[in-house]
Amino acid sequence: MITLLKNGKLYDPAHNKNGVVEDIYIHQGRIVPKPLDNAKISQTYDLSGKVVMAGAIDMHSHIGGGKVNIARMMLPEYQQKQMQEIKNLSEPEAHICTPYCSHHATPTATDTGFRYIEMGYTAAFEPAISPINARQAHLEMGDTPMIDKGGYAMLGNDDYFLRMLTAKKDQKAINDYVAWILHATQTIGIKVVNPGGISAFKFNQRRLNLDENHQHYQVSPREVLQSLSRAVHELGIAKPLHVHCNNLGAAGNFETTLNTMTASNGLPMHLTHIQFHSYGTEGDKKFSSAAAQIAEAINKNKNITADVGQILFNQTVTASGDSMMQHLNAKHANPKKSVIMDIECDAGCGVLPFKYRDQNYVNALQWAIGLEIFLSVEDPWRIFLTTDHPNGAPFTSYPHLIRLLMDKSFRNEAFAKLNLDAQSMSNLTSLDREYSLYDIAIMTRAGASKLIGMNDRGHLGVGANADITVYTDQENREAMFAKPDYVFKNGELVVKDGAVVKVVWGATHTAKPAFDIGVEKELKEYFDRYQTIGLDNFKISDAEIFDDGRGSVVVNKN
Amino acid sequence: MKNNLNPTLPASITCPACGMLCDDLVLTSTTPLSIQNACAKSITFFEQSFHSNSSNTAPSVLGKTTDLETAVKAAAAILAQSKAPLIAGLGTEVQGMRSIMRLAAASNATLDHMHSESSVRNTLTMQNGGWLTTTLSEVKNRADLILAIGTDIGTSHPRFFEKLVWDSASLFNKPSPEVVYLGVSADKAKSATSPEGKLASAVGDDPAQIPEIVNALNALLINKKINAETVGGVAVATLQALVEKLKAAKYAVIVWSASSFKFSHAELTIQSIVQLVNQLNETTRAAGLPLNSGDGDSSVNNTSTWLSGYPTRNRFVNGKPEYDNYHFSTQKQLQNSDALLWVSTFNPTSAPQTALPTIVIGHPDIKLDRTPDVFIPVGIPGVDHAGSMFRMDSSITLPLKKLRNNELPNLSEVINRIEAELA
Repeated sequence: MITLLKNGKLYDPAHNKNGVVEDIYIHQGRIVPKPLDNAKISQTYDLSGKVVMAGAIDMHSHIGGGKVNIARMMLPEYQQKQMQEIKNLSEPEAHICTPYCSHHATPTATDTGFRYIEMGYTAAFEPAISPINARQAHLEMGDTPMIDKGGYAMLGNDDYFLRMLTAKKDQKAINDYVAWILHATQTIGIKVVNPGGISAFKFNQRRLNLDENHQHYQVSPREVLQSLSRAVHELGIAKPLHVHCNNLGAAGNFETTLNTMTASNGLPMHLTHIQFHSYGTEGDKKFSSAAAQIAEAINKNKNITADVGQILFNQTVTASGDSMMQHLNAKHANPKKSVIMDIECDAGCGVLPFKYRDQNYVNALQWAIGLEIFLSVEDPWRIFLTTDHPNGAPFTSYPHLIRLLMDKSFRNEAFAKLNLDAQSMSNLTSLDREYSLYDIAIMTRAGASKLIGMNDRGHLGVGANADITVYTDQENREAMFAKPDYVFKNGELVVKDGAVVKVVWGATHTAKPAFDIGVEKELKEYFDRYQTIGLDNFKISDAEIFDDGRGSVVVNKN
Repeated sequence: MKNNLNPTLPASITCPACGMLCDDLVLTSTTPLSIQNACAKSITFFEQSFHSNSSNTAPSVLGKTTDLETAVKAAAAILAQSKAPLIAGLGTEVQGMRSIMRLAAASNATLDHMHSESSVRNTLTMQNGGWLTTTLSEVKNRADLILAIGTDIGTSHPRFFEKLVWDSASLFNKPSPEVVYLGVSADKAKSATSPEGKLASAVGDDPAQIPEIVNALNALLINKKINAETVGGVAVATLQALVEKLKAAKYAVIVWSASSFKFSHAELTIQSIVQLVNQLNETTRAAGLPLNSGDGDSSVNNTSTWLSGYPTRNRFVNGKPEYDNYHFSTQKQLQNSDALLWVSTFNPTSAPQTALPTIVIGHPDIKLDRTPDVFIPVGIPGVDHAGSMFRMDSSITLPLKKLRNNELPNLSEVINRIEAELA
């Protein structure tokens, strides 16, 4: 059975196709070469004039696991009230909804899958799986239909690793431990959140700077980053170390961020939600944009990639592993409540609701800083489109964000409505750049799949998994990206005119580099002596993911 | 009942008898039952499970034994006729709850757990102002002071002290924590007696005075002067000394059990405990640890939350979830619903008395006070089938193992078949 997508305009940066009109043939879930003339085409879609891209990939979105579920549990009022409130909003706060948008910052697992696929996203990655909580994350992602998923395991605040650093264990031992974690937690990458800081908070340290020592382990965040970025690199997994820098959200933190860029000694490193780490201390309010410095440094340091973590105005909730900084920020919570946790000598979490307001100086400037970074980083292969869902805004506002990037007059109109003091502190209107469809396809498809290391996703070449999104080319890019004409998942039509027509279940993407299983000997002793569960129960088997008859595990190789 | 053992012995097992979910138990024999590292509660659970009544494995409709297919059809017929069924008890783990959520959405059901009277107090507190909490391995390795309010801990969570307090293996070279009981009656205050015979210190022994005492501790912690000699029967000087201890501790853990608070509006007292924790964290580190009640309560609430957006007490109306942790209680809904589905798979807990058409699905030994319209015995999670279960601190989920083969179906199998009949 061959499906033909005929005459679409292809935006496929992995193959340098920028609006080329071409046919795509799909067979058994994959893109195949043009078959022989006598081959039977069972279904043809005429896509004349339509924009065709690979399914989009969200490389950083909190879609599953303890933090998100705490947010849901803590905030029942969102689900109850938000629908009406959002309907009454006007620009720049409003977003064009996908037809079934629940207007919810922390949708259920089911809604998460539906909302993503309705926007043409076919994969999303949970960026903060604490290893001890990985089973819950996979249970939730297992209940997330329609899309592929995967996650990054958090290290760098776990006692076992910090202890190894203190003991100056050799790099091979570190590498084996990191690889073991990837296997045990069924993840595809490694993340570090506030390196050393979450652990330091448990010892009553309230801030930790890049070159400051953790008082118990006597190691610095820089050493954590050096060790982990090297481990990830030497293990040969594609996804560079995913770094949430120290000093999240603090005025003046851009210097930490600039210094962090040097911590991997030139090895690849990804700085996540960099908008939250690009703040200066200039001006009357001692809070200013350092987007120019950050963008310049990204442009210069080719080993660095980043995603933005754009904020958009409205009620949302911030869910982070960074218990240290979230505890500090809890006084800004709106409504005023927060859940902070210390977790298993392994990790932490901090969940607090947040309402970004366009007339608030800091929030308005945060909005501008994110966009300044987007527009000032020159290479779209090294910057990624995220709102750090739900921390900056729910992922359902991506179409709105895409329009802000692609439409200068729309952007400037929105800017003109912001807090006036914030306007005077931003150079946004002097940035004339408008992203092209090709740029968007890089950021949300080709670049993301390359970064994560999924060779058969994010492009439209022969052999690719047939995850394909088809849009009507509209001047209003928000309307265009909010409602694709068609979405194909594994070659099957699953969305038509923005609505799901078939429910399918995606795969879980992992990376499983080789390692010395001898690492388990010491780990077992450690678990038996100090942890409250056994080593065998810490590890998640493939069967736990596919036993429900819906899930599957993909091991990506590089 | 024809039972044969699934694993070869000795087998390591995870115990679902309380929220600690100890996974270091080793089953060495079933008759007589012999388990290493077992506590009183786990022995009771596995005795009850392994020696469950063999005459009760067949489903019944109106008291008459029948086959599973007929029972499933009869259950589906009751739900199909019902406009607003109540699914209560909910003694199950994650996999069972996943199925129940789908059935609830398909049948416009209300969901309530048998222990929600307690867990709702914690949920209300968390939804009102949040909290700062910790998990079991942090307690074991970091706690230097444990303040247990209104609970002796050991009755509901028997190995708490053995595993987390008296175990000298700690990552950070700390001394064994001091244990202080607040508002625990003297006869119960022995759980925390150390192997060397050191007794826990006790502040007050009247559980009814807890609200007043916790408020006084909060006042003293922020240096408010109390114009009284005693509060809740405890000398203010004693309370002041406790406050000083809490302030001096590097990592105080304050433990409470919502089910042990027998006074009304206990959520206000839990809020007050949370406030104490928050205030301590202004200068030192401290954390709360709410104990759960059991029967899969944290599994059920977590699963319900990621699938509907809400913990229990919730319901579905035309497939859309709604939440009301007051009106959707079992007691209230027995008045408003037109059918009851009672689920209890870990323990043979009876359904509440009601004249409503009733379906009971659960433990083979479940006591049937009134012949239900449909009874379907199912396997016990962690004994008859595998599953996934949340620990009391919610951060950890552990696999439950299948320990024996028999003809009992799983809860999720039965629920899925009922749902299929409804479609």
